[in-house]
Amino acid sequence: MKVRSETLNKSVTRRAFAIGSLGTAAAAALAACSGGTSTASSSSASTSAAASSSSAPTGAAATLTLWTDAERSPALKDIAAKFKADKGIEVKLVVKDFASVRDDFITQAPTGKGPDIIVGPHDWLGKLVQNGVVAPVQLGDKASLFNPVAVKAFTYEGQVYGLPYAVENIGLLRNKKIIPEAATTFEEVVAAGKKAVAAGDAKYPFLVGLDPKQADPYHLYPLQTSLGSVVFETGADGGYDATKLGLDTEGGAAFAKKLAEWGDKGTKVFNSNITANIAKEKFNKGESGYFLSGPWNVPDAVKGGVDLVVDPLPTAGDKPAQPFVGVNGFMISAKSKNALAANEFVVNYLSLAEAQDSLFDQGGRPPALIESFDKAAADPIVKAFGEIGTNGLPMPAIPQMDAVWADWGATELKLIKGGVADPAAEWKKMAANIAAKIKS
Amino acid sequence: MSGASAVGTLEAESPQPPVKKQRKQHAPDSVLGTLAKIALLGIVDAVAVYVLIQLASQHEWLIFAVALAVTLVINWIYLRRGGLPAKYLAPGVFFLLLFQVFVMAYSTYIAFTNYGDGHNSSKEDAITSIQLAAQERVPDSPQYANTVLEKDGTFYLLVTEPDGTAKLGTTGEPLHEVTPSTTSSTGQATGVDGYRTLAFTDLLQNQQAVTAVKAPISDNPADGSLATSDGSTAYVFAPKLKYDAAADTFTDTTTGAVYKDNGQGAFATADGQQLSTGWKIDVGFLNFQRAFTDPNLSGPLWQVTLWTFAFAFFSVLTTFALGLFLAIAFNRADLRGKRIYRVLMILPYAFPAFLSGLVWSGLLNPEFGFINNTLLGGADIPWLTDPWLAKFSVLLVNLWLGYPYMFLVCTGALQSLPEEVDEAARMDGASAWRIFRSIKLPLLLVSIAPLLISSFAFNFNNFNVIYMLTGGGPRFDGTTYDVGATDILITMVYKVAFGGTGRDYGLASALAIIIFIIVAVISTVSFNKTKSLEEIN
Repeated sequence: MKVRSETLNKSVTRRAFAIGSLGTAAAAALAACSGGTSTASSSSASTSAAASSSSAPTGAAATLTLWTDAERSPALKDIAAKFKADKGIEVKLVVKDFASVRDDFITQAPTGKGPDIIVGPHDWLGKLVQNGVVAPVQLGDKASLFNPVAVKAFTYEGQVYGLPYAVENIGLLRNKKIIPEAATTFEEVVAAGKKAVAAGDAKYPFLVGLDPKQADPYHLYPLQTSLGSVVFETGADGGYDATKLGLDTEGGAAFAKKLAEWGDKGTKVFNSNITANIAKEKFNKGESGYFLSGPWNVPDAVKGGVDLVVDPLPTAGDKPAQPFVGVNGFMISAKSKNALAANEFVVNYLSLAEAQDSLFDQGGRPPALIESFDKAAADPIVKAFGEIGTNGLPMPAIPQMDAVWADWGATELKLIKGGVADPAAEWKKMAANIAAKIKS
Repeated sequence: MSGASAVGTLEAESPQPPVKKQRKQHAPDSVLGTLAKIALLGIVDAVAVYVLIQLASQHEWLIFAVALAVTLVINWIYLRRGGLPAKYLAPGVFFLLLFQVFVMAYSTYIAFTNYGDGHNSSKEDAITSIQLAAQERVPDSPQYANTVLEKDGTFYLLVTEPDGTAKLGTTGEPLHEVTPSTTSSTGQATGVDGYRTLAFTDLLQNQQAVTAVKAPISDNPADGSLATSDGSTAYVFAPKLKYDAAADTFTDTTTGAVYKDNGQGAFATADGQQLSTGWKIDVGFLNFQRAFTDPNLSGPLWQVTLWTFAFAFFSVLTTFALGLFLAIAFNRADLRGKRIYRVLMILPYAFPAFLSGLVWSGLLNPEFGFINNTLLGGADIPWLTDPWLAKFSVLLVNLWLGYPYMFLVCTGALQSLPEEVDEAARMDGASAWRIFRSIKLPLLLVSIAPLLISSFAFNFNNFNVIYMLTGGGPRFDGTTYDVGATDILITMVYKVAFGGTGRDYGLASALAIIIFIIVAVISTVSFNKTKSLEEIN
């Protein structure tokens, strides 16, 4: 606004004058248009006038806005085109930086300017529900067409808040050239890895990427669960209960001891200096037979010439080794003015096999729709990841999870680095810290 | 602040025809000039009116009043005769108000609220969301194929029971049996005489009205009501929570628990059970109080403050020393290939600081990093994980990032120093060191001291280097916050406000204001001190 008044003072030329008058016309037109649309949209709620004038087929149809990231955007083009052809509604795919989708959505939805639909992982749900920006989705009979873990992941406080499309979890990547046989327990894995190192076939018995500040509780979780310690217990309704922290248990203490034993000052199965990038590089170069990682590292490993198989996660204790499962899906804004169209698109179109297939083709993550997964499972690696996932635990979506990561990771790192006199006590201290944080 | 006020001064100093200034009476504008003025002012007003209509329709009365006032002031300034300085100053002042004063006032306002996760909107929004989330599908209830009908502006849901009976209902009018006039090939009722069947495009026109329809299943409201979210399927819903507008409470329909407004921006029961969606309220000085009284915060706060000062001071000192040394070295008239050296010197400046931070954290990896592995022949030095070494590493990396700036500044300043003084001193037999210490450095400091102060202020808040290199680690023991040996105030604020159980914009704003006050005090004191330097001249 101000820029224009600034130019008022400049000596006026003929051209500026021409531009100015054009601008006035444009602004007037703009004001007129917008005035028109705003009255139209406000009156659409009061029904009579709009209902009688709505015989025009697609002219006044709504537009849906979907926030997506660059990777998923091409996969959604076809299904959006189909929706447009069937229903006459355009789905505008707005490509956003993935990292900012959740927070931008939380800040923009209350102002009414946010999108109608977003796509993201289920563990955003807690935050989104807490801020009241997502609406429940009724899957109805369609729920049975999906992987139960996926639907469970999108269930929060008893309501389903999204349509899942992909299930993601880690597995044990093995280089068949170095280690030909699969193992079931972590002890056997370590023994096989060490044998390969002794034979000169590998440099490292086992690889997992560890962050130099946070270690990696996500990747180490199956080992922890197999020793009998979960991060949150589940409550009566099947969802995670924020008041029941499951870290401070005997299993947790056992895991702490094991971490110290496997760490830098012990058997060096884990090396705190090996970051995710370094681990990936070493595995792809054939310097280790094992790599605890997810499907995202598969394409490069295959490209690097690794003779890859994916094994079920090895157990460290007597319980099953359950990884965190991350489910991606579509969620609808609680403030969407096009709730009906958004529901139609999400529930009836994105649940189609062709939509889920095309998302799989682009992203490579096992589909949540059983029909699509069965097709994708022709690839043994996808099949292996998918089977591990059905035994996994949904990543807790409760907001309290945010309070856990930093302490959890830092303690794991400390234990792996070694020099902690009493790992079990250290673990107990961490659990107490986290519990205090959640309470405050 | 400096940016906008600079704009302001520029505006004030922009060329003004002196003739006009002296004349008391305003010369009549040319016809063309008047027309242009009207046209341009017209654009401004058209936009303003548009904005005002939008604001009025959203009932944003405070902003409406401000926008109206601004528009009136603009019109008054440019329509009245004379008052030329105001015409030049107005844009600058406007931007100053918009981008500096407003932003600061707004963060101050946020500091006194509980704005953050769980409290990010109004109470009405929170009530709507809670009601929306409390609508639960009745367990094991069937999924109905549904058609939406319309009569006299009211929308009706037409469903077909599994046994083939068609039922019609709407809000306040329980489902009752009707005889359908048309049915689809699957036996689903699609129309009733006297009612208009809505096609999908009609539905779209009336989305909010259609999704708001809740047709009771029977006369007993406890049985739940039928609603549709996509127009073609309907489910039976029963609310888990019931809102009582008069008492302003939510009641759990199964347990009977009553949730009341707890005065902290949320609905909660007497024993502290809280509904997840809350709203924004004013909390007074609570955020500031928390910053100083939370035992977890006040402990590490002193260590962090001390280190922040040390970090900012040593960063300025080391970068200035190295920059100045190189500037003097490359300022020699007889040095060949000066340009190439200078370009090489500036290279680190061209990298984004957060990328450099990441790259350096890789280079400093104890086992695989280039520094230990290649330069130090496989030494295992924990650069980033030992508290003191981590502090040293942060300063080292910041030196690498920061010296090119000082090099540029010093090179510029050196070249503007008069040669004669230098020569005269040399004639008097002064040594090179003496010339530097007694002549060059004081002269340089006159022009560079303000930059050193701003550099100090910058490093005081140098988030990128710390966050990307060490993330503040290694962590302190004895606090539940994720705060460590290399954390400076700004990274600590970030972690405290955003690293706990949720984002807390209120606390973050309060802490940011405290940091602002610290920096402002230091800057004011230092700028006053530098005045004494100028007396050397």
